[in-house]
Amino acid sequence: MMATATTDVSVRFEAISKSFGPVHVLKDVSASVPRGMTICIIGPSGSGKSTLLRCTNLLERPEHGKIFIDGDDITAPGVNIDKLRVRVGMVFQHFHLFSHLSVIENVALALQKVRKLPKAEAEARAAVQIAAIGLKGFEHRRSSDLSGGQQQRVAIARALAMEPDVMLFDEATSALDPELVKGVLAIMRDLAFAGMTMLVVTHEMRFAREVAGQVIFMDHGQIVETGAPAQMFDAPQTPRLKYFLEQVL
Amino acid sequence: MFEGLQKIGETFFDPQIIAGVIPQLITVGLPNTLLLSVIATIIGIALGLVIATGLLASQRLVRFLCRGYVDLLRGLPHILTVYLIGQGLPLAGLSIFGKSTYAYAAFSIGLIESAYMAEIFRAGFQGVERGQVEAARTLGMTRWQAMLTIILPQGIRRVLPPLTGQFILVIKGTALVFLLGLTASQRDIFSIAQDNSINNANLSSLTAAGLLYLALTVPMTYAVAAWGARMQRGSQRGKVTA
Ligand SMILES: Nc1ncnc2c1ncn2[C@@H]1O[C@H](COP(=O)(O)OP(=O)(O)OP(=O)(O)O)[C@@H](O)[C@H]1O
Ligand SMILES: [Mg+2]
Repeated sequence: MMATATTDVSVRFEAISKSFGPVHVLKDVSASVPRGMTICIIGPSGSGKSTLLRCTNLLERPEHGKIFIDGDDITAPGVNIDKLRVRVGMVFQHFHLFSHLSVIENVALALQKVRKLPKAEAEARAAVQIAAIGLKGFEHRRSSDLSGGQQQRVAIARALAMEPDVMLFDEATSALDPELVKGVLAIMRDLAFAGMTMLVVTHEMRFAREVAGQVIFMDHGQIVETGAPAQMFDAPQTPRLKYFLEQVL
Repeated sequence: MFEGLQKIGETFFDPQIIAGVIPQLITVGLPNTLLLSVIATIIGIALGLVIATGLLASQRLVRFLCRGYVDLLRGLPHILTVYLIGQGLPLAGLSIFGKSTYAYAAFSIGLIESAYMAEIFRAGFQGVERGQVEAARTLGMTRWQAMLTIILPQGIRRVLPPLTGQFILVIKGTALVFLLGLTASQRDIFSIAQDNSINNANLSSLTAAGLLYLALTVPMTYAVAAWGARMQRGSQRGKVTA
């Protein structure tokens, strides 16, 4: 078992399999995410992209295979899931802000409960994150009073406030009105260029081409093709990726 | 014809008997009924919260046991449970409350209520968006922290109107404690009226008790309905727009 803490691989999937009842959703998926790289995962609906992301912080538990984060096997028995999750931030398609809390409370909550910071310090840090995503002045709004784009940016700030090593984005812009997509993508792009390790499930092919260090194409629970974005988009090798790109571009 | 009416009047509405029983109903019965209701409700809420958490637990055995508890207490006639618990505990040597009939009475009603309250809490908690709980977990919060900081505060808002509605049922339910034989000063509205009606061989005191129950429950019913409607409108205004 690998346990070297210093490795340039941030996340590694080793032959992951996952079923929901009779549905075999992930079949023997292996991949690694180098530290500081953004990997975009593309593929048709139902291909298992979300499930792969959700396995990465054990929202779903794979039946077979191993997942390493910074060399630590997180699928090993007895691993403290809550400690692990602090290292992996996640942003959802539908934001999932805490609807009874204000913007700043959303961002500060886990800093208080998990990081055990006193309220004042947690809110000070939260305010910095909120300013960084361009929502200074919105701290005390109710989260449900914001636009979708603003809500998603708060969700990103909430995840970043925990200072994770890896960020997971599951179709972070799919639920947004077209004019709100740009602002969220800009934040994700800045984050990628600042050196965050990211796994991004997306339908935004232009974003993938511009930001991804590597693109993974999934279909029917398998990684069908993977490579640099230019190669994937301009010279797809497999008929399935060719077909998929014809459908979406 | 007139004689018939007079007989009805004497049976149910004898002014002398009503006037005679009202002071006792109000000074002894009313406080006892309210106290019993409040204690039973507190027991019901506390136990109901625990059971509701169990109904939503990830362990199948815990869910199964809590489901059994709820089905049992909701499935039995309340009068039977009050007898079995209120009389049965001390008889069986489980004198957890010593000789205080009043405590056994409150406990048996509270136990029944906890089953109904558990269902109310479960429905309220389940209505909280699952994704918000997942979001909390991805931030490293434990199941328990997510319960306390996300599910509970959001669930409570949904649960308050039906819980208040349940309180009205508790008020009526406390009438059953007459079965346990309370001392004179411990008697609730119904017990006082019932004793009085036996002594006078006349039902008018029960009519008075009925009017007193109605004075409590009817305004509360309307208040709860108005409250629920207002919460409904409020939650629609607050809907997430993507
Ligand atoms: N909790 C679950 N229970 C049962 N089946 C599930 C569950 N989650 C996902 N699935 C099934 O697993 C398959 C893969 O789902 P997944 O959400 O990973 O796909 P996806 O690639 O993210 O698709 P989309 O682009 O539509 O989001 C689908 O057939 C889905 O119905
Ligand atoms: Mg998905």
